[in-house]
Amino acid sequence: MSEPILQVSDLKTSFSVKRSGRKYSLKAVDGVSLSLSAGEVLGIVGESGCGKTTVGRSIVRLVQPDGGAIRFKGADVLAASGSALRDMRLNLRMVFQDPYASLNPRRSIGDSVAEAGDINKVFKNRADRATRIAETLTAVGLEPSFAARYPHELSGGQRQRAGIARAILPAPAVIIADEPVSALDVSVQAQVLNLMMDLRERLGLSMLFISHDIGVIGQISDRVAVMYMGRVVELSDARGIVDRSAHPYTRALMAAVPKPDPSQRIAGAIETGEPPSQLNRPVGCAYAARCPLVSDRCRVEVPELRPIAPDNRLAACHNL
Amino acid sequence: MNRDGIALWLTPFVARPIALIGLCVLLAMVIAAAFAPWLAPYNPYAIDPISRLMPPDAVHWFGTDQFGRDTLSRAIYSARMALLIGAGVVFFALITGIPIGVLSALFPRLGHVLMRMVDVLMAFPSLLLALGLIVILGPSVANSIIAIGAGYMTTTTRIIYGLALRLRAETYVEASRSMGSGTWWLVIKHILPNLISPLLVQASFVFAFAQLGAASLDFLGLGAPPDIPSWGNMLAESRTFITRAPWLLFFPGMMIVLTAFSLNLVGDALRDRLDPRFRNAFGGEG
Ligand SMILES: Nc1ncnc2c1ncn2[C@@H]1O[C@H](COP(=O)(O)OP(=O)(O)OP(=O)(O)O)[C@@H](O)[C@H]1O
Ligand code: SF4
Ligand SMILES: [Mg+2]
Repeated sequence: MSEPILQVSDLKTSFSVKRSGRKYSLKAVDGVSLSLSAGEVLGIVGESGCGKTTVGRSIVRLVQPDGGAIRFKGADVLAASGSALRDMRLNLRMVFQDPYASLNPRRSIGDSVAEAGDINKVFKNRADRATRIAETLTAVGLEPSFAARYPHELSGGQRQRAGIARAILPAPAVIIADEPVSALDVSVQAQVLNLMMDLRERLGLSMLFISHDIGVIGQISDRVAVMYMGRVVELSDARGIVDRSAHPYTRALMAAVPKPDPSQRIAGAIETGEPPSQLNRPVGCAYAARCPLVSDRCRVEVPELRPIAPDNRLAACHNL
Repeated sequence: MNRDGIALWLTPFVARPIALIGLCVLLAMVIAAAFAPWLAPYNPYAIDPISRLMPPDAVHWFGTDQFGRDTLSRAIYSARMALLIGAGVVFFALITGIPIGVLSALFPRLGHVLMRMVDVLMAFPSLLLALGLIVILGPSVANSIIAIGAGYMTTTTRIIYGLALRLRAETYVEASRSMGSGTWWLVIKHILPNLISPLLVQASFVFAFAQLGAASLDFLGLGAPPDIPSWGNMLAESRTFITRAPWLLFFPGMMIVLTAFSLNLVGDALRDRLDPRFRNAFGGEG
């Protein structure tokens, strides 16, 4: 594919947390590299706490990474200021997980949708603002009259549509969707997913699609990155992840997806145990304690992401 | 506010009819203050040596004091002082508490220092703090407001700080920050609008307690000048006649208690309709 529109290299983000009076550094993201091509949907999947959201928040500069680089169309995101920063704020837009928490109950839907434009002074005048709000609401399948409503008058699905409208109003290049449907009723999840895929086509969006649900991710992504404890452990095209996963962790994730036919379930591949504590990371491979393929080398040496046979996908494992 | 909003505000009073009484007392106070010259049967300052210390009767419903002044008229005029002090103390508590609490929540380092100072002030009982300040500032109506307000500024600041901390962590604030919003935008568009309801609750409680504070200062002769009718002053003047003319203590005392109690009822009712996440911020009040 062409030159990446968004490139994340060796991103490291940690939080300082207090446990029983002592300060620790929690490495939420520990050396993640990703690249997103124009028009592509890159899925990020992994269990709760593996650092998916933190990758997204780092890209939109809600948290300050400790290291690594983020480039948008070649320009350094983390060092941007002034008009370059404004440009990135408008182009890298996030859709949040919980549509109940992500809209201010005291602001009208129109005000929420227009917020990025208001803050960055993109509207020519009031009429222009109203037109843009109406157009954007229509684009996400809401009546323009929703602009005057308040969040409590909307259903979960409608709220998330408003959240998506807020993200696309400034005509961004990249949407970072952080579990955009997991807080919704199953019945509306598909509608909202379809909307996102439709918008991606029509607006030529690139998308970082974060989810813990490998089923959803497999359906809508071009490529998928699997994360485990702050690192990418496997990166491949979506089919390669869903049908022929290589990394032991990805295989366990796939095995945990409920299958309609019980005979298809992979026997004995069900996960055992919890991931180790992020405050006290093991020396070698973070997956060693749960891995069926573990060997001595795994306990001393961190596996790097490298191409593996037969399809040259990337995986971080010593024993493949 | 839209129609829905007004309906929402009325529900707590429907659900809790006793709070309606509180609201009525507040309304009566406002009316008494505004229309005192028409409502009061006599001039509250008019001295009448012939009818001194008269017990309540058909002519003087609340009796008269040692100068023959009509107690009912003085009690009605006193509503002005009560409203002024109540509103003044609420204003003082909010005008100091909002900026300190909100800025402390947004700037943790500044907040750390400011909240320590607030904690120190909170260690003093509010009446002691008020007395100390009056000794420094000298007795006057304005200084009463400041002296009493200082005590409620601390609790108000604490509550606003706690609420603003919670609001700062809301996803919609994150969303706004990801768009490049500055402090001013966050405060005006996201934090203050969500503080209105809890602040109304806090205002009711502060207003109620300010009545007790003002009465105490007046009673000690450290509040409003003695010639101004106020319930506290009425108590102070008549305390030597407690056995001969108990009505002189009964009526102003009843007004103070009634006002404080009513505003507490209003505050309770409003608190009950607050967002549950905000409700426990008022744990120590009321
Ligand atoms: N602001 C923060 N302060 C301290 N620790 C944090 C903070 N944000 C995230 N973490 C920790 O960093 C780790 C990664 O969190 P993150 O939210 O990125 O995970 P996630 O993959 O998005 O999980 P989920 O599926 O639950 O959303 C977790 O252990 C989390 O507890
Ligand atoms: S490196 Fe070792 S422990 Fe880690 S996934 Fe591969 S085999 Fe398992
Ligand atoms: Mg998350």
